[in-house]
Order: sequence, then C-alpha cells, then structure tokens
Amino acid sequence: MSDLLLPPEHRYAKMIEQKQNEDGSELSILNLGPTHPATHGIFQNILLMDGERILDGEGTVGYIHRAFEKIAENRPFYQITPLTDRMNYCSAPINNMGWWMTLEKALDIEVPKRVQYMRVIIMELARIADHIICNSVLGVDTGALTGFLYVFQYREKIYEIYEEICGARLTTNMGRIGGFERDWSPAAFKKIHTFLEEFPAIWTEFENLLTRNRIFMDRTINVGPISAEKAMSYGFTGPNLRAAGIDYDVRVMQPYSSYEDFEFDVPVGKSGDTYDRFCVRNAEVWESLKIIRQALDKMPEGPYHANVPDYYLPPKEEVYTNMEALIYHFKIVMGEVPVPKTEVYHPVEGGNGELGFYLITDGSRTAYRLHFRRPCFIYYQAFNDMVKGQMLSDAIATLSSLNVIAGELDA
Amino acid sequence: MALETTVIQDKLTGQFGDKVSDFIQIKDMFTFEVASDSLSEVMGFLKNDPLLRFNFLTDVCGVHYPDNEVDRQFATVYHMHNWYDNVRIRFKCYLNGENPEVASATEHFLSANWQERETYDFFGIIFKGHPQLKRILNMDEMISFPMRKEFPMEDGGRTDKDDRFFGRTPDNSTVK
Repeated sequence: MSDLLLPPEHRYAKMIEQKQNEDGSELSILNLGPTHPATHGIFQNILLMDGERILDGEGTVGYIHRAFEKIAENRPFYQITPLTDRMNYCSAPINNMGWWMTLEKALDIEVPKRVQYMRVIIMELARIADHIICNSVLGVDTGALTGFLYVFQYREKIYEIYEEICGARLTTNMGRIGGFERDWSPAAFKKIHTFLEEFPAIWTEFENLLTRNRIFMDRTINVGPISAEKAMSYGFTGPNLRAAGIDYDVRVMQPYSSYEDFEFDVPVGKSGDTYDRFCVRNAEVWESLKIIRQALDKMPEGPYHANVPDYYLPPKEEVYTNMEALIYHFKIVMGEVPVPKTEVYHPVEGGNGELGFYLITDGSRTAYRLHFRRPCFIYYQAFNDMVKGQMLSDAIATLSSLNVIAGELDA
Repeated sequence: MALETTVIQDKLTGQFGDKVSDFIQIKDMFTFEVASDSLSEVMGFLKNDPLLRFNFLTDVCGVHYPDNEVDRQFATVYHMHNWYDNVRIRFKCYLNGENPEVASATEHFLSANWQERETYDFFGIIFKGHPQLKRILNMDEMISFPMRKEFPMEDGGRTDKDDRFFGRTPDNSTVK
C-alpha cells in the first residue's frame, strides 16, 4: 500500500503526490513478489497502481543469482554441464546438449548421425515438458487447475524417460563431449514409444479444455500484447516472438544436430498476446511430437558417441586392462582436457527462445570466458512495458505466459 | 541472396575507415573490431543500412583481459544477426583498463538495456547514454565487479574448505 516505505525522492512517490494534487485520487504501491506463488520464481515487481490498474512497474531480479559465469571460469569443461542444467530447469537437456555442441564446435568434433538424432529426440521431449509446464500453469493462473493436474502426469513420463537415459530427472547432466555416456536401453525406447502413443490424446483433451474455453479466452485475449517490432527490439526469441508473428526459429535458420533432416512447421501467432503465446506453444508440442516420430523412424545404426578419446571417458572395464585407456581416464578425470584457443558462439532453440553459449578459450583447461545468452533475461525486461495499463490479474497471466524461469533469468 | 562477408567488410571500411579493423572469420562467425569511440555509429549503420540489415541484437557481454596493454584490458562483445539473409556477426570493442567507457546501444535496441546493466554489474564498464545504469543481478551495496579476473571466486578467508588438494587454488590464504 502507499505507506510502503519508499524514499521521498523515488519517482513513484512524486507521481503519487502529483496525482493527489491533480484530482485528489490516491495511487498506491503494490509489492508483487519476490516470493509470491503467482510469480513462479523469485522476482520482485514494485507496481504503481490506480485501483486495480497498473500504471507503472519496476522489476528487481537477481534473487537467485549463482555466479555461473564466474564458476565456469574455474571448472573443467565437463563440470560446466551441471551449471547449464540449473538455468532453465524445465528443459535441462536442451541446455546440456547446447553446451556439448558448443564445445564440439570449438573442438571441431563431428558427431555420428545416431547421436544427433538421439539429441533431437531428447531436446524435443524437453521442449514438450517445458511447454506442458508453461501452458498448464497458465491455466492455473486463470483459474483452471484440472488441466494442470491432468497433463503433469505426462511431464512425469518424460522425466522417466530422462531417468532411463541418464539416471537423473530434473537436473539431468546428460551426455558427454561427442555423444552420450551410454547407449539408450530398449526400455528407454519403449518408454518413448509409449509416450508417443498415449500423449496425443491427453494433449488434445487439454487443448479442448482451454483453447475454445470462453472464460480462458476472455482472460487471455488482448492481455499483455506486444507488437512484432517491439518484440524484436526487446530481443524476444522463441515462442514469445513467434506469437507476435515473426517466424524466427533457430532450428530452421541455423539447423544444428541434423534438424534439417526433419519436416516440421513453425507455428506463428498474430497479436503477441497471452492467448497467442498459449496457442503457439500448443502447436509447437505437436510439431515436437512430429519431429520425435521422424527421428525414431529414421534412427540410424551406429555408435552412440564420437571417437574422441581425448575427451570421451573410456569404458571402465578397459581402464583396468588397457594402458591407454587408463591414461585417458586419468587425464579426463583430473580435468586435463585443454581446448585450443578459439572463440565460438553456438545458439540452440531452447524452450523459451534462442539459448546461446559464447565461449572464449585460451588453450587452458577451463573456459577463459563463458557467457550464456539467456532468453528469459533478455525478454523479461519487456514485462513492465507489456503490463502497463493492464489489470493486476492480467499481469499475472502475462508473466505466466512469458514462461520466465528464474533460474535462467538470474544465471 | 546471401550477404557475403566481403560485402560487409567493404561497406564498413568504406564508411568508417580505420575505425573498424581485424576482419576475420572464426569458425562459423565473421568477426571484427570496432574502435570504442564509434560503436554507436557502427551499430546504427549495421542496423539501418539497406544492404546490411542487421536487425537483431542477439547478445551483449563483457570480457576482461588483465594481461593486455592498458588500452585493451576490457572488451564489450556484440553479436548481431541479419534475419533477412540469415548472417551473424560478432564484433568487439576494446576499452581502457582504468576507465572502461563505451556508448550505450540502447538507442538502437531496447534489449541492450538489461544486457548492458549486467555487463556494468559484473565488469564495471560504463555505458554512456544508458537510461538507468545500475546493478541488476548483484546487490546495490556491492562495491566490486565480480567478473573481473582479479576477483577471487571464493572468499579467501574460508577455513572450512581446503582446495589445495584439488588443484584449484594453490593456497587459500594467498588469494586476495
């Protein structure tokens, strides 16, 4: 409320006073966050309100900043993967794969086709998991809990697939330089097939619940819109940009990991509002399923990792019997894996947009500088602009549909 | 029709002469250097030129090079992307180590706002003309710039943790 401690020189204090003098009406300050269940993460917004309408907002971020870029300068390359997990923890495997691909670009490693297809499958599963969370939680924020509980079972199924592949569920730390740590078990493939069979019916039902639901449409159409031009200037990428009508997708613009082998559409919206963001994500889930099916059908035979003994841990049984394997094992475990001096930037299409890794190496065992281009961080700055003039409850829906992940925002 | 890197180079050198230099292709990216006093003009030119059309500022970040000569101890790195021809470029602006200052890119791209605040927060690089240059991820009371190389990652006074055996810091007590 307006008696919230605010220094008198703060611009909101001046605005409140000015309005009071103008027509006697009272503006108020509302502190949204940092730990509010509706913000889905830890960020604070100080809102200047006229009744229920937002006049202005000021965001504070950084509550869970963990200095990943600094830590990355002090760790061997393979120990950086767990850091990437913890950025967008809703789609951790995309971050992992993006990091491996960055390193492979720096080292000029060509990975086998099979690995690329496996990566595509796991990245698309992660995208589905990410979109499940975003869209179902948007339902919750507009008052529909059922859909959320219903589709969350299927996020669980995706986590079981991760578990089968790498042993972990949320922060996966999946893969190695050049491929995967082990081949996928038949059980993993079986789980993926089961998921592909069962999930479409569930997702159709979820869409039926919300897409043409009058209440949901009233709560989301024209809520938190952004024009294509502005979205571009604000550095939007991913579904949020596509909802505004620009068909920019890294998977199509700069195909990595053999995305050029698959047929899929890039869904776009029109008005860039909450409803369009919802619809674009819904459509992207179908495209992801399409890609996974194609990748499974076309999955080539071959090794599950590239032949790069300098960077890829040898099988444990060889370490006990084979001299070279022992040496490589020792070197890799002790972090003696220098990367030649170079600079690379590698973008991947993350759950929320272009996730980029800018790596500078100087020939030593750690990164000289590693910068993460975190899509959330870049587009969250538009939030206050988007909710100006909207109702408070619309701001919550907008925030939810932007899918801002605090872990990624704060690095 | 794809935009050739030679065209980019010719256009830039034609317009800015020796303010742009060191054109080189590193892996899949065309890169160059821009003199720190003409950053804003170069970026505006890249964005608005009808042929170059670099319409998207992908990324802004800083780098610290404490071992360089004093005029080149900091760098701001910009990634730009032309979505029409699908060409990416990267350019660096080297800055003075004592007094790192460069023009803000916020007049060309709104997305530069927070990215420059982040760079300021971690490196202490001043962006002239930035509307609200203050810390973003660290707390406002902080006085140092943690991504500078001289800033130790861990508190040197810690006694509960001895890193000597793990090949990281030689001795915790000698770290500043």
